[in-house]
Amino acid sequence: MIIFRYDKTFDGLLTVVFDAYNRKIFPDRLLAEGEPEPLFTDECYSVITQDYKSNRVWQGLQKKLMAATCNMLKYVWLSEQPGSDELIFRYIRKVFDSKHSIEINFADEDVLQVRNLANKADKERLRLVQFVRFQKAADDIFFAPVSPVYNVLPLAIEHFADRFADQKWVIYDLKRNYGYYYDKKNVTEMTLDMTENFPGGKLDTKLMAEDEKLFQDLWKGYFNSMTIKERINPKLHRQNLPRRFWKYLTEKQ
Amino acid sequence: MKEEILEKLKTLAESAKYDVSCASSGTTRKSIPGGIGNAAGWGICHSFTEDGRCVSLLKIMLTNYCIYDCAYCINRRSNDIRRATFTVDELVELTIEFYRRNYIEGLFLSSGVINNPDYTMERMVRVVKQLRTIHKFNGYIHMKSIPGCSEQLVREAGLYADRLSVNIEIPTEQNLKMLAPEKSHESVFKPMLYIQQGVLESSEERRKFTSAPRFAPAGQSTQMIIGATDENDKQILNTSAALYQRPSMKRVYYSGYIPVNSYDNRLPALKQPPLVRENRLYQADWLMRFYEFKVDEIVDDSHPNLDLEIDPKLSWALHHPEYFPVDINKADYTQILRIPGIGVKSAKLILVSRRYGKLNATALKKMGIVMKKAQYFITCNELPAFTVNEASPEYVRRMLTTKKTGKGKDNQLQLSLVFDS
Repeated sequence: MIIFRYDKTFDGLLTVVFDAYNRKIFPDRLLAEGEPEPLFTDECYSVITQDYKSNRVWQGLQKKLMAATCNMLKYVWLSEQPGSDELIFRYIRKVFDSKHSIEINFADEDVLQVRNLANKADKERLRLVQFVRFQKAADDIFFAPVSPVYNVLPLAIEHFADRFADQKWVIYDLKRNYGYYYDKKNVTEMTLDMTENFPGGKLDTKLMAEDEKLFQDLWKGYFNSMTIKERINPKLHRQNLPRRFWKYLTEKQ
Repeated sequence: MKEEILEKLKTLAESAKYDVSCASSGTTRKSIPGGIGNAAGWGICHSFTEDGRCVSLLKIMLTNYCIYDCAYCINRRSNDIRRATFTVDELVELTIEFYRRNYIEGLFLSSGVINNPDYTMERMVRVVKQLRTIHKFNGYIHMKSIPGCSEQLVREAGLYADRLSVNIEIPTEQNLKMLAPEKSHESVFKPMLYIQQGVLESSEERRKFTSAPRFAPAGQSTQMIIGATDENDKQILNTSAALYQRPSMKRVYYSGYIPVNSYDNRLPALKQPPLVRENRLYQADWLMRFYEFKVDEIVDDSHPNLDLEIDPKLSWALHHPEYFPVDINKADYTQILRIPGIGVKSAKLILVSRRYGKLNATALKKMGIVMKKAQYFITCNELPAFTVNEASPEYVRRMLTTKKTGKGKDNQLQLSLVFDS
């Protein structure tokens, strides 16, 4: 078995592709630095991430693939699922080795899997867009905690920056401990010391803007009034609004 | 102040919730400098109530006072319910503050009729105008057009709203007259026509000048109440089909009748709202809009009502076994669309994937095709040919409708058979 080690970044993975073609030796497994070697390892090679290599691979992909498919590979990467890097590697090999485009051959296991995983990540991105709830802080910054299954917050930022262009906001991924701050002009990545002011990930009452509580109550009142009692359907409710989102939803408190 | 607003909001939400439309799709709009919000093009649902319906827009009435006395409506004049009216400023502030917290996609404004249709419509237009012009609100706005209001007001509303709608409510005129003597189909179709003219003229203008104002860019929709009157599904679907012929009509909604005024003996006494029927009507609606079915293929004189047990597409397939089996590797798009268990997405997947080689049952399964249904209607490379023709429609129907009982239950039955004797 041939093992390549790399730094578990997307650029690193693209460098792996470059080095594999360069050496004409293709890995069966991809491991992080320091991960234990499996039994029966024939060869182990450490890849050093280099920008010119990853750029060349990416440009090559852009020539052979539709823009949407290139995006899909990024989505698969951000899904952070075990084995997704090996999936992307196999996919890229198929792209480069085939004379014709393979991107719509969904009878191929890897092509279908890339599509399915990218769709899952995209669904999670959409759920951020749906279920982010801002709370207004006393300093007029709108704060929203999230904890998506896949690491999709970067994919949703563009939407929020366009939509809420005239208010300052922070969306913070509590699971991965990073977030984005928008100051009405630019979006910057940031990390917060979360312990004190955000019990349970939510804004502490003393930090809230004066009218924040009022609008939360109004929204809750509205939400409860909208239910048609004759049609209650808890199963459908949970299917559309999975439980894991409830802790951040104002109306489900 | 706070208590008062909360009470108003609850009251007017209660009054507005029976309107089913909640779509926020059809318009794409980028944000503008100094403005709030954008429109995503596809709809975004921000929450779901406990009945499973989506909350996309702030669906609210300006007032629930009404001069009309329609039998099916909770807000009818003769009902003794709490009444309230929002001021224009209150509603504008609520919309914007909710929007800023990402609770909603925009506003769905409806109203009871006070004084006369024009007076009511004029107040509603004031709300949307203030949102768009003073606050530069770019989110989605769906506005009801009041039946019987003047063309000029509809024209003005269309400049600010993304979608306008007028509800038919009852599929046939005769029954509408019975339940709502003050209304007629004409009073509904007139504003529909105004909207349609506005949309068509605007798109014509915009072809010449891209800067020409847009008019209700997301078109119009309407709603019918199902089960309050005795129309059969054929009448209902024919009405929808006729409505979809109109160029700006995007959606017809079906609302299973909920007995809000059970004391009125012109209305049927229902224990349960007809939810299954409502679902089947939506499925039939989808067949007309996305599956290239004609209305008389779904319902005709020998089958005037939809089958409640199975969906309309399967029902059509069982009535037309001669159409099957369809060869997955050769048939064209329209034919593949007709196979039960294969939707628009799957059909397109099949079409592109089979260029690379023949598809077999395993590949189909992995693509997400519901083989439980599809297996009786297709042939592909390797599938044993036990199709609807060999098996008979009755057999397929039985296989697809009988619920599987668990192993445990079976054993119990056998045990009791043994010990009973």
